[in-house]
Amino acid sequence: MSLLEVKDLSIHFGGVKAVQNVSFNIDAGIVYSVIGPNGAGKTTLFNLITGVYKPTAGEIRLDGELIQGKSPNELAERGVARTFQNLQICMNMSALENVMVGAHLRLDRNVFKAAMRWPSMRRRDNELREEAAELMKFVGLEQYVHARSDAMSYGVLKRLEIARALAMKPRVIFLDEPAAGLNPKETIEIDRLVRKLADSGITVVLVEHDMKMVMNLSDRILVLDYGKKLTEGTCAEVRKNPDVIAAYLGAHA
Amino acid sequence: MHKNAYLGLGLVIAVLLVLPFILPNSYYMDLAIRMAINAIIVIGLNLLIGFAGQISLGHAGFLGIGAYASAVLPTHFGFHPLLAMAAGAAATAVIAGVVAKPIFKLKGNYLAMATLGLGIIINIALRNEAQWTGGPDGMAVPAFALFGIELSSDKQWYWVVASLLVISVWASLNIIDSPFGRALRALHGSEVASQVVGVNIARYKVSIFVLSAVFASIMGSITAHYIGFVTPNFADFFHSIELVTMVVVGGMASVFGSIVGAVLLTALPQALATFEGWETVVFGSVLMLCMIFLPKGLVPTLAAKFGKGD
Amino acid sequence: MLSQFLQFLFSGITVGATYALAALGFTLIYNASNVINFAQGEFIMLGGMLAVLFAQMGLPLPIALLLAIVIPALVGIFMEKVAIEPVKGADTVSLIIITIGASLVIRGLIQVWLGKGTFSLPAFSGDEPIHILGATLLPQSLWVLAITSLLVISLWYFFSKTLTGKAMLATSFNRTAAELVGINTNFVLFLSFAMSAGLGAVGGILVTPITMTSYDVGIMLGLKGFVAAVVGGLGNGLGAVLGGLLVGILEAMGAGYISSAYKDAMPFVLILFILFFMPRGLFGGKSTDRV
Repeated sequence: MSLLEVKDLSIHFGGVKAVQNVSFNIDAGIVYSVIGPNGAGKTTLFNLITGVYKPTAGEIRLDGELIQGKSPNELAERGVARTFQNLQICMNMSALENVMVGAHLRLDRNVFKAAMRWPSMRRRDNELREEAAELMKFVGLEQYVHARSDAMSYGVLKRLEIARALAMKPRVIFLDEPAAGLNPKETIEIDRLVRKLADSGITVVLVEHDMKMVMNLSDRILVLDYGKKLTEGTCAEVRKNPDVIAAYLGAHA
Repeated sequence: MHKNAYLGLGLVIAVLLVLPFILPNSYYMDLAIRMAINAIIVIGLNLLIGFAGQISLGHAGFLGIGAYASAVLPTHFGFHPLLAMAAGAAATAVIAGVVAKPIFKLKGNYLAMATLGLGIIINIALRNEAQWTGGPDGMAVPAFALFGIELSSDKQWYWVVASLLVISVWASLNIIDSPFGRALRALHGSEVASQVVGVNIARYKVSIFVLSAVFASIMGSITAHYIGFVTPNFADFFHSIELVTMVVVGGMASVFGSIVGAVLLTALPQALATFEGWETVVFGSVLMLCMIFLPKGLVPTLAAKFGKGD
Repeated sequence: MLSQFLQFLFSGITVGATYALAALGFTLIYNASNVINFAQGEFIMLGGMLAVLFAQMGLPLPIALLLAIVIPALVGIFMEKVAIEPVKGADTVSLIIITIGASLVIRGLIQVWLGKGTFSLPAFSGDEPIHILGATLLPQSLWVLAITSLLVISLWYFFSKTLTGKAMLATSFNRTAAELVGINTNFVLFLSFAMSAGLGAVGGILVTPITMTSYDVGIMLGLKGFVAAVVGGLGNGLGAVLGGLLVGILEAMGAGYISSAYKDAMPFVLILFILFFMPRGLFGGKSTDRV
């Protein structure tokens, strides 16, 4: 059984059918990319799977359990993490705290113990601080461990989001255009980071426009166009598919 | 906690220890006690408005519930003051919880309106049920007694309130730097981000609303016992706005800012006591000027200028 | 039975018309700037109080009334310039707090200047009540309804047939797009504050002969007007009018049949009810956030 099974997933906003009858499976441990022209519904698909939107039809199964329509925090409880195309960083908190928040579900959140500075909670918090610093190092942000998030640049914050997602110790991580808005040097770093993630055993689902990155990293690719599934397969299969080539009008690998 | 937080707490304790010896007479003692009471209320409110990024335009209603619980229950039903306070807090928790659940699905203007409506309904109820509450003229509140010792002198009240203030500051600083506190601040920073890391935002919003409401209720009870009298004005819209002004002026999302805001805006009406009507104008002007020029409030703006954190 | 019902209905519709005008004012400003103007009620108060002031100063009634409409409009523009424009783009909570501050300033100044007394205006066409099916209707109520209807129809015409009105609508749908096609959105903002204040002032004047006026009538009137705007669906003009009438009628019915002591609480119970179950109001649309 695949880790994630999506069947006939659809959503429409008024008259706009953003996603129509999309079906695909994702096995655990692979890197799975979703590509397609702008407006194809890739981020919408992500939002559907991660609970930000409720589908109008279709099923999503995580490890056999139906999860469509569940809220994002319920999905977080099931080990689903994601980053955002347009960044959702808490600018009112420091960089480290942003990462620490990722560990929310793994901690004792009792407010009364917090008020009293319960020793075990304090101890756990200090451990978490170190763990978060390690994660920031892992994603290449060692120099920002003591920084404020509102003092960090866009490219750096994108990696901070990944660190936050990793703090959840997730089973699967959805990366929404991690390379968008990055210069070539930063893109290479993201490429390496995604590879590190995949190597560590997490299932990685990627939306990306950078074809070189997609072809390098992916085990399988889903191609969307106008909200519908165009095709799905290995890099080689997708690359040769005439419909894909037509949809991209000469996109190259 | 950050170093600065410890410093701030130490400063607060130092000031509170010294104050009774330098205040010239009981008028100033009374003022200091009222400032401290307001500071505690505002700290609780700030957790909701500043840290969690929500709004409450009817918080004085919760003050009223606590205050009147401490007046009505001992007077008409023979409750012990402590029990009355607990009952008030419980009633507040229930009311706040019931109302919060549906309204925290709303945002911005709608949420503000709902909290405002709640506060007004509470105020009107207190004003109308004259047989229990004494109506618009209010009613007397029996003294607070614990283990046979009655709390009556200025000095006694001062130490009680000062201790409560120190505890509130300490507890709030702890909460802010804890998983619960981080979840709250994340909620303010980005609701979507907090959701995807597992924060149940509806539950957190309700929790912090109820928490700050209960804070207010308990302080309402204490105020009632201290002053010895309570009127429905204590729970009116203007008082709610005064509290929000204290949060805004002192600094949203700043525990020490809450204290500063409470001190300044408790002193202000006293200074304006002879200028009837101007109090409203000044409060309104302070609100506007602060939001336009110092949107972060006094303490955070000053702290940023001097390069500190917190 | 019927006469009692009619009595409540008449007084409900009369006060509902004032709420409708207040609600329209909220809607205008909200559509132009996404601001909820908590000072709206004070414009209503200004209308009544200034009319009384100028009438007492000896000015002929039409002039007094005109000034009592124009001056609040100017106050509205001033408020927009001084309090709203400097913080364009601030978050909702900040804007709410600023307008609350403005309302306090306006109210406080009137309190200082004109005192805490209660004042009245002579009814426009006399006090002789009209008897309908056992209920009494004040002639002033008819004035209230007539003029309110006239204003509503004029506004409808303004927004659907005139260029300026359409420009204002365009700004409310998408400010950036409106600017890109050459609409002066700052002017639209001015105009919306001026009109909204003027509408409120008219409402205040109309109702003063019936309910009297004083420095603090603005609070409740404004808040209830806001309730009406939300009930009808924030941003929807027709909703504002219907919401106003609905709130007025429910308040009168509630006060008459359930409890007159809790008359003032009725609109707020209503708003909580609406916010719990139908936060978009009667005519409000749905919206989704893009993430």
